[in-house]
Amino acid sequence: MYKIETKDINLYYGDHHALKNINLQMKANTVTALIGPSGCGKSTYLRLLNRMNDLIENVRIEGTVLIDNKNIYERGIKIDELRKKVGMVFQKPNPFPKTIFENVAYGLRVNGISNKDYIEERVVRSLQNAVLWDEVKDKLKKSAFELSGGQQQRLCIARALAIEPSIILMDEPASALDPISTAKIEELIYELKDKYTIVIVTHNMQQAARVSDRTAFFYIGELIEYNDTKEIFTNPQNQRTQNYITGRFG
Amino acid sequence: MKKNISYIFNRIITALLYISGSITSIVVILIVIFLFSEGVGMFGKNPTEEGFIMAVNKTNKVSHLDAEQVKLLFDGEITNWQKVGGINDSVILFRMDNITDYFTEEQIGENFENLPTCLSKVVDSIPGIIAFVGKKYIDKNFVGKELKIENINIGGFLMGKLWFPTAQPVAVMGALPLLLGTLWVSFFAILFALPLGLATAIYMAEVAHPTVRNILKPVIELLAGIPSVVYGFFGLVVIVPFIQNTFNLPVGETAFAGSIILGIMALPTIITISEDAIRTTPRSMKEASLALGANHWQTIFRVIIPYSSSGITAGAILGIGRAIGETMAVLMVTGNAAVIPNTLLEPVRTIPATIAAELGEASQGGLHYQSLFILGCVLFIITMIVNLAVEFISRRNKRVAS
Repeated sequence: MYKIETKDINLYYGDHHALKNINLQMKANTVTALIGPSGCGKSTYLRLLNRMNDLIENVRIEGTVLIDNKNIYERGIKIDELRKKVGMVFQKPNPFPKTIFENVAYGLRVNGISNKDYIEERVVRSLQNAVLWDEVKDKLKKSAFELSGGQQQRLCIARALAIEPSIILMDEPASALDPISTAKIEELIYELKDKYTIVIVTHNMQQAARVSDRTAFFYIGELIEYNDTKEIFTNPQNQRTQNYITGRFG
Repeated sequence: MKKNISYIFNRIITALLYISGSITSIVVILIVIFLFSEGVGMFGKNPTEEGFIMAVNKTNKVSHLDAEQVKLLFDGEITNWQKVGGINDSVILFRMDNITDYFTEEQIGENFENLPTCLSKVVDSIPGIIAFVGKKYIDKNFVGKELKIENINIGGFLMGKLWFPTAQPVAVMGALPLLLGTLWVSFFAILFALPLGLATAIYMAEVAHPTVRNILKPVIELLAGIPSVVYGFFGLVVIVPFIQNTFNLPVGETAFAGSIILGIMALPTIITISEDAIRTTPRSMKEASLALGANHWQTIFRVIIPYSSSGITAGAILGIGRAIGETMAVLMVTGNAAVIPNTLLEPVRTIPATIAAELGEASQGGLHYQSLFILGCVLFIITMIVNLAVEFISRRNKRVAS
């Protein structure tokens, strides 16, 4: 029983064949790292899982994506319901131009929750889970732009946690951050694993090795190798994987 | 050698840029100085017609009046001295022509040699009189009392409720109706234009298919290029009769017509600037909202509009700026009655329209002429405040975005 299952995925941007026959399964409560050189399709794959690619014009998708055994590309699927279940954290911290509190409460409000006490409780709990609470508890009414980059990124994680997803997609969440903030995010990913299924795109080999249970190596739209992280980094089966993780290209 | 030539060339270019920059700045400053220097001489002057004075009976308790009161007295609107702080006695108006009602031509004399004495007698014999007489016919034996008319001051000019710059015997210059007319028309113009403009901007930036947008955008920008007299003509021929028939009014030239025309004229500014602001909302911001399960409309209203609110405000304020300064179209459709408006369906008169309509008939250097320049200064200050507000808002925008 897999949490996420993609079968024979082919994705085209116009004429460009961006994903080629991708078959990938992820178990619940694991961290899967997607690695590969720029333009290899790993971000495209990630955005497939919450239908973020729908926003792009001229995109054509073939194959099935099963989340909890349900095809999310079926007709009649409510995209906002899907995105509530599959949270996403982006490459650059992108808080809304609102207060810290309202940033976290946003997902609840747009989903029609108006109970004040409930929202407050969830905001506090999300900030605690994102290990940001101690730093912001005295300035919840301040603008989110006043936080540092690392704090903003954890705020974005808290924002994603507030709507209680079961899957969190992370698109290079630490690439714009300094080493200390990066370490904090990685610690956080490790803690979140107990409750969530996490898929993370990263350019940083060490990061993939540190945080993930399974690693998938993408190269020019193809899935080259998918295995336990330890295996990938110590005993890669494919020559291209070996070249990439040892830094010979990419 | 070649290096030297390019160095000299660079210096020449720099000098040219420097000179044209300086000339432009100096011209702008000179215009502002001219505006103020032409007008400012008005303050402290007496609005009574030159060479004339106002006189009353020496027993009259009233010793000074302002221009507005004199106007009302001579219009017969005030008929009792009590209204202006005097005793309970009816007002009797006296102009130079009226002298023949009291004295025969023989008594006055062939060459008006007895006129000063006659005037003195008339003013002395009627307690309720107010006389508007030539200065040169007042001699030292005059037994009446000269009535002091208040000089023009800034407060009286801005707060005065009557605008009769050519009235006799005393010019009345209260710019309040013009000021309110301008603000009133502009306010309602923006009230029409802002929701419509914002809706169009959102439609173009977020909803419309790119093909539709590519057609719509140049069309809207074309609106900005239509001369204002054409807008005025359109308003006069289409909107004015429409308003007159719809609301069953005696005249259709109203503040409402002006507001609609100005609203249409402000639309391109509002749409273009707001649309640009909306489009600068980072893609990541929209995606963050969508990834949290918000739909497109929730994203527009909860994220995109708040994010671009300062750009939208700047667009609205620049639209207001255009509306406040607009002359020709407003002149043609608002009816130009210098009264303080109570409803939208009354004629009003704006500051630019007043200047355009009256400057031609005001004698250069005269009080009327100067008052029009002061009106220009008031307009200049209003639009300057508007522009400073835009500057302030866009600066705040930069701070938030960084």
